[in-house]
Amino acid sequence: MSILINENTKLLVQGITGGEGSFHTRQMVEYGTNVVAGVTPGKEGQDLDGIPVFNTVKKAVEKTGANASVIFVRAAFCPDAILEAVDAGIAVIVTITEGIPTRDMIKVKSILNDSSTTMIGPNCPGIITPGKCKIGIMPGPIHKPGNIGVISRSGTLTYEAVDQLTKLGIGQSTVIGIGGDPIPGTNFISLLDLFEKDAETDGVLMIGEIGGTAEEEAATFVKEKMSKPVAAFIAGQTAPAGKRMGHAGAIIAGGKGTAAEKIIALKEAGIAVAESPADMGIAMKSALG
Amino acid sequence: MKIHEYQAKEILKKHGVPIQEGKVIFNIDEVKQATDEIASDLYVVKAQIHAGGRGKGGGVKLAKSPEETREIAEKILGMNLVTHQTGPEGKIVKRVLIAQGIDIKKELYLGITIDRSRKCPVIMASMEGGVEIEKVAAETPDAIIKEWVNPKTGFMPYIGRRLAYNLGLEGKLASKFASFVAKLYSAFEQNDSSLAEINPVVITEDDDVIALDAKMNFDDNALYRHPEIVEFRDLDEENPLEVEAGKFGLNYIKLDGEVGCMVNGAGLAMATMDIIKLAGSSPANFLDVGGGANVEAVANAFRILTSDKDVKAVLINIFGGIVRCDRVAGGVIEALKLVDVKVPIVVRLQGTNATEAKQMLNDADFDFITAETMQDAAENVVAALK
Repeated sequence: MSILINENTKLLVQGITGGEGSFHTRQMVEYGTNVVAGVTPGKEGQDLDGIPVFNTVKKAVEKTGANASVIFVRAAFCPDAILEAVDAGIAVIVTITEGIPTRDMIKVKSILNDSSTTMIGPNCPGIITPGKCKIGIMPGPIHKPGNIGVISRSGTLTYEAVDQLTKLGIGQSTVIGIGGDPIPGTNFISLLDLFEKDAETDGVLMIGEIGGTAEEEAATFVKEKMSKPVAAFIAGQTAPAGKRMGHAGAIIAGGKGTAAEKIIALKEAGIAVAESPADMGIAMKSALG
Repeated sequence: MKIHEYQAKEILKKHGVPIQEGKVIFNIDEVKQATDEIASDLYVVKAQIHAGGRGKGGGVKLAKSPEETREIAEKILGMNLVTHQTGPEGKIVKRVLIAQGIDIKKELYLGITIDRSRKCPVIMASMEGGVEIEKVAAETPDAIIKEWVNPKTGFMPYIGRRLAYNLGLEGKLASKFASFVAKLYSAFEQNDSSLAEINPVVITEDDDVIALDAKMNFDDNALYRHPEIVEFRDLDEENPLEVEAGKFGLNYIKLDGEVGCMVNGAGLAMATMDIIKLAGSSPANFLDVGGGANVEAVANAFRILTSDKDVKAVLINIFGGIVRCDRVAGGVIEALKLVDVKVPIVVRLQGTNATEAKQMLNDADFDFITAETMQDAAENVVAALK
């Protein structure tokens, strides 16, 4: 088992004919993901290695039964692409695109809330169920099928965490990068809930960073609703206030969103917090007992 | 992106927000024209720097005549202004706002920002204006009234009315305040602002509602659709190395430690800073070279990192995924042919083809210190400092 995606996932790629879109489509196919369609307006009738391209998401869904979409569309056009996929009834959307204005995401998020769609991202590496399905830009080989869920606001730091787990012999059920933006499509809590209910997930590793209060809210959820062990790491203990640390969402504003506050909240919820990024895997291992 | 008070007031004025009229000057000879235009019996001279706390630092003063205005402006223009937000090194004042003095009956606070938890804008108002709002929030949180804007409806006039009445305002004054809120919201929304803060909003002796100060920040991701706001950028307010890095598309933030770091990815870059601290030193910067970490990006990053005189050693931490580590190692070796680096370099490459990459670094002309794990890398770079 796993959450959100598995061997039955039929993926469509929005922006499949672009440089990034075509490169990562091939990487995903190579990993074993069932990519059934692509969408690029005006390019219907073309194909990428035999994957048919359609003008609209709706038609791609009708013709291929796609139930998930990954989006590689430029930020200015991305909200439109997301809403097109929501309107076509796609169950899981993964938005890789970085740089979507917050005002646009507020609108998109309010529409997502009224739909049955789950969106991962934007500004994220994607989601992978090792050995079964990879939707995104993460390197496949570092992952190992297993029973730990990973949720992270980062990209390469997630790879680092997964690599540590794999080297300790701990496999992963599903790994999700929720992205570094202030308004993500999906936050820690709904994914923690899915992992709690997933029979084959034994524990969860959470990787947070400075900015916002998503980690504090997750800590409350873990304390009240979760029976499975949770470990965590928070990046940015040495980050200065008022500076955007790469990710649009990684900023300590008005004295709020510091790593110290988050670490306190996580510890109070009984979560095993790794002080050092070198110990993320070990923290998970010790939390499993 | 941040802008100056006088620039924020220009934007607010366009949206119909009543502001304290004023004129910015860049040199002392412009004072006369400013006081002539404002023609008041009371003036305010305000240092224009991006940091808050200007009043306490001596950057805001009242003047009773054009002559006194000139005397004060002469002192403020060019002064090194130190506030709780500038840090002890302070900030040189290069622009001064000469504004009309106003008879103040009451000072209020009004701010709009994004509530990340509720995923919508939040409007905050308080009768406790003119003081640090963080302090009010910490000491008397009930003194701050909040209203959230539903993304489905957008701003509706009732939000302004409810804020006004809940603050205890009545009659015409309540209507004026509600209208002030609506106009400020329009300026916030239409300019993709991330913060629009008026502290204080003043009620005058004549019961007018006026923005005495103004602070606006903007969503960097939305600047592409606001070229007029990009025009407001003041490079004097930014760290020169950060400006230089920005030209090459590098995400660099100057810090005050001695280990320069070069990392791919923002989260891993922050984690690398953290582990340097845990190993007993401190990071000189945050730097995300991006996923590719190609020769050009790495060469530019070396140039920026090593032009910081505080940097005594460099730590490169790359997690190679889709981009193979041997490619990155090749990039680092090539980049060192373009840039003369005299400090020790610790390299940690992990992920695809890491073994080949390590061999390449060991065979190269430069005396790299290689490391397997983040822990080794941090320990090695701290040892190399000695």
